Amino acid sequence: MAALSIRGLRKKFGPVDVLKGIDLEIDSGDFTVLVGPSGCGKSTLLNIIAGLESATAGEIEIGERLVNDVAAKDRDIAMVFQSYALYPTMTVRQNITFGMECRHVPKAKQAEAVDRVARLLQIEPLLNRKPGQLSGGQRQRVAMGRALVRDPKLFLFDEPLSNLDAKLRVEMRMEIKQLHARIGATIVYVTHDQIEAMTMATRIAVMHQGEVQQFADPDTIYHRPANLFVARFMGAPPMNTMTARLEGGDSGPVAVLGKGEQAIRLPAPASVDRQWLGRNVVLGIRPECIAEPSRQFGEDPAGRLIITAPVELTEPNGAETIVMLRVGDEKMLARVAPDTRLLPGQLAQFAADARKICLFDPATERLIA
Amino acid sequence: MRSTRVVLYLLVTVLAAFYLLPLAVVALNSLRSTRDIFGNGMIGLPHGLELDNFSQAWSGLCIAEHCTGIRGYMLNSMIMTIPATLISTFFGALIGYAISLWRFRGDLWVFGIITLGVFLPEQMKLVPWVLVLRDLGLFNSVAGLVLIHVVQGLSFTTLFCRNYYVGIPQELMKAAKIDGAGFFRIFWRIVLPLSPPILIVTIIWQFTGIWNEYLYGVTFASGPNQPVTAALIALAVSVSEAPQYGVQSAAVLIAAAPTLFVYLIGGKYFMRGLTAGAVK
Repeated sequence: MAALSIRGLRKKFGPVDVLKGIDLEIDSGDFTVLVGPSGCGKSTLLNIIAGLESATAGEIEIGERLVNDVAAKDRDIAMVFQSYALYPTMTVRQNITFGMECRHVPKAKQAEAVDRVARLLQIEPLLNRKPGQLSGGQRQRVAMGRALVRDPKLFLFDEPLSNLDAKLRVEMRMEIKQLHARIGATIVYVTHDQIEAMTMATRIAVMHQGEVQQFADPDTIYHRPANLFVARFMGAPPMNTMTARLEGGDSGPVAVLGKGEQAIRLPAPASVDRQWLGRNVVLGIRPECIAEPSRQFGEDPAGRLIITAPVELTEPNGAETIVMLRVGDEKMLARVAPDTRLLPGQLAQFAADARKICLFDPATERLIA
Repeated sequence: MRSTRVVLYLLVTVLAAFYLLPLAVVALNSLRSTRDIFGNGMIGLPHGLELDNFSQAWSGLCIAEHCTGIRGYMLNSMIMTIPATLISTFFGALIGYAISLWRFRGDLWVFGIITLGVFLPEQMKLVPWVLVLRDLGLFNSVAGLVLIHVVQGLSFTTLFCRNYYVGIPQELMKAAKIDGAGFFRIFWRIVLPLSPPILIVTIIWQFTGIWNEYLYGVTFASGPNQPVTAALIALAVSVSEAPQYGVQSAAVLIAAAPTLFVYLIGGKYFMRGLTAGAVK
């Protein structure tokens, strides 16, 4: 069942098109992450779903009920905000029960609901404190408690982790994911952090300039990005994208990077349309598909080949080392094992995994194979 | 550096002394007997303490041929100032909240027009108020003065509260709306509990302003209905008998006491509140 459907949604602020026709179908129980750079319209979209802003055109259905003209409080949603938006003069308990108080839920039922949520989030000792006496992580939990206590059709999260320090963010990320697995709620989660999107989502909508660039599961988004924007936005470091020339070969099409003797020839996906042969395309390859020469990629040796390229720079980070290579006139990132010692300027060999190469149309930037 | 400091302190002390001198003279004279003042001049230290001046001022002084002291006029001022202060502060908070946190089309225009009242001189509004009070039948009544001060005060109270409330994060409002709270519930439960710093400032400002106001008091009330500021003026014109400077000084001090008292207990919040804009 569709928990949320959005059809042809548009939003204008004066002459500015903030959302240019959004279509999304979100199933019950899905954890959907809206991800994109700042200014892409993701927070506006969330506010429109919540009923805090109105759409210029289009339809929104929550639980198969058209809610365009329904007030925020009657949409059966709960929202967690970036700043947590806890009521500063109320205790944690009052913060959590405020929504029920507004809906005239009997006191006994309120107490029961608070106890359930406090146990779930382990905030029982904090119930009588004021938000000012809590740490960032505790405030975050209370904000989630306030949303959870309502048991709504839809949870909306607006960058809820971006005010936390890095360590706490990772912890809370896991907790939210576990929580979703445990209660099976439908969540729409907005973030600009593609790692949050990858780690938590069951479905990701990548947004850019008011449009959904791709709406798919994390694997597809990562391995088969619909266009160059998605390819370059998702992944840290992002996918290498370089101009290559597509040639026909005995065993299928070949993408040629660079010119002359140092040119690198990579087997291109066989699915590419023949019309591209002899033309320039944009080749996309993830940095983890280029590694130290001893690396095996999966069981199947096919698609593995050795390339030689000069090293420009190395960036060890402990778990692995990021290496910048020069290929023709362009730079390419590789992820090698941390014990691989490479020096800038050195000509080195790398193993490349050609199975996950993507090809894009250089004009439309769309995925072609 | 040291010498500039000395000069600075000297200058400030001289200015303060100059400014406080009239108050000192009044305070000293309030403790002197009439004979003392006539014998030794208006300015001088008391010879003995004439505390009777204060009880005379409170209940015996003759003002405009009523020899009942300023007691009744003080009461008039109280029943004018306290309701006018509370009502204008309450509505200022409510309007400030509506303008700052419930953005609506033309909200800044409404705000601009309301605060225009801050800059209008009192004299300009005398005639309109005469007409309004006449039509409402509130001429020469404390209720009429309360109405004037509430309406006039809204400009300031709205300005103060609105500027304070714009510091309240919008996300708080969004959260409350999703929680199902409406306009008044958000005001009572979320905004008002955050307001004490600005309410204290507004109350002090309104209380002092309304208590010390004179023009409306003297124009729209007469005889026993006058507030104390208007009544005290009669002291200066009643020259038929020998002036009782001691008693008059005591009356002035009593009349000034409430605002001084409010300032002394609330002054530190006042200074803090005027500079503190945001709710963090």
